[in-house]
Amino acid sequence: MSLFVFFALSRAYLQFRAHNTSLMAFIFWILLWSSTLVVVYWPHLIDYFSHFLGIQRSIDVLVYFGILFLFYLIFRSYIKLQELEREITELTRNIALSPLKKDK
Amino acid sequence: MKTIIVIPAYNESKSIQQVIRDLQAGGYSDILVVDDGSTDSTYELVNKENVSVVQHAINRGLGGALGTGIKGAVMLGADIVVTFDADGQHAVKDIEPMIAPIRSGAADAVIGSRMLGSKGMPASRILMNRIANIITYLLFGIWVTDSQSGLRAFSGEAASKLRIRTRHMEVSSEIIREIKDQGFRFTEVPIEAIYTEYSLSKGQNFFLGVKTFIKLFLHRLTH
Repeated sequence: MSLFVFFALSRAYLQFRAHNTSLMAFIFWILLWSSTLVVVYWPHLIDYFSHFLGIQRSIDVLVYFGILFLFYLIFRSYIKLQELEREITELTRNIALSPLKKDK
Repeated sequence: MKTIIVIPAYNESKSIQQVIRDLQAGGYSDILVVDDGSTDSTYELVNKENVSVVQHAINRGLGGALGTGIKGAVMLGADIVVTFDADGQHAVKDIEPMIAPIRSGAADAVIGSRMLGSKGMPASRILMNRIANIITYLLFGIWVTDSQSGLRAFSGEAASKLRIRTRHMEVSSEIIREIKDQGFRFTEVPIEAIYTEYSLSKGQNFFLGVKTFIKLFLHRLTH
């Protein structure tokens, strides 16, 4: 597991160095993967958290938050996609209308 | 007053020339056709006619084409913008009563309602139209008798303020929302619907209607 985490971290670092991802995204991935590592080595840490939330099984906390996080990502990409579609329409529109500008 | 007829057209090579000629015969010479990236000969056929035509490089849907047409008509200095379907379902004689309230200054936006006269509309279409009206009312809070009508008229000022953001059939309801949000003075005028086998094969069917509803709902949530 920790080998996999280190692999993922190195990928994130390489992507960042190649300027494919922003600093914010890089920090986000580092936080995500290092917290995974922390949980792998000290699993009882989640117990405090799940006890605090009133959820009995610690693993359920992970699943709940995982699903919430995925939903959030889907929603975000939906918004992004809409924005992209709108920009393409705008672009198509302006290209289509450019001959009208010249005539009149 | 300069009246420009906007015709959004996507793969309408069968009907577009007749529609243009009917409009010209009815005395409407300022016509702007938006070819929405048709894959048939629509653009070539329209180019042969004595009208303005702009072309989308790729298909963007009815909403995209209407937005382009209305913006283009404003650029060409229209005092009145009329949107007219390319499939031949509208009657040219219905245009005059639609632009009259705008010319007299009584309205900023007019929608031609096929339901007020309700002539020639098949029963299945009437039912679907009722459902669409109810959905439009629930989502946007404005009651119209034909929310999906393609025959509309706007004053030049209203047309320049109109913001169209959706891409497909949901644009009809979006325009109605815009009429409400922007506080346009609005009226409905009865129009005739000419349903031919051809025009029935185009436009909405039930599943497209469900899809349109889902999109409208998401649109309502996110804007």
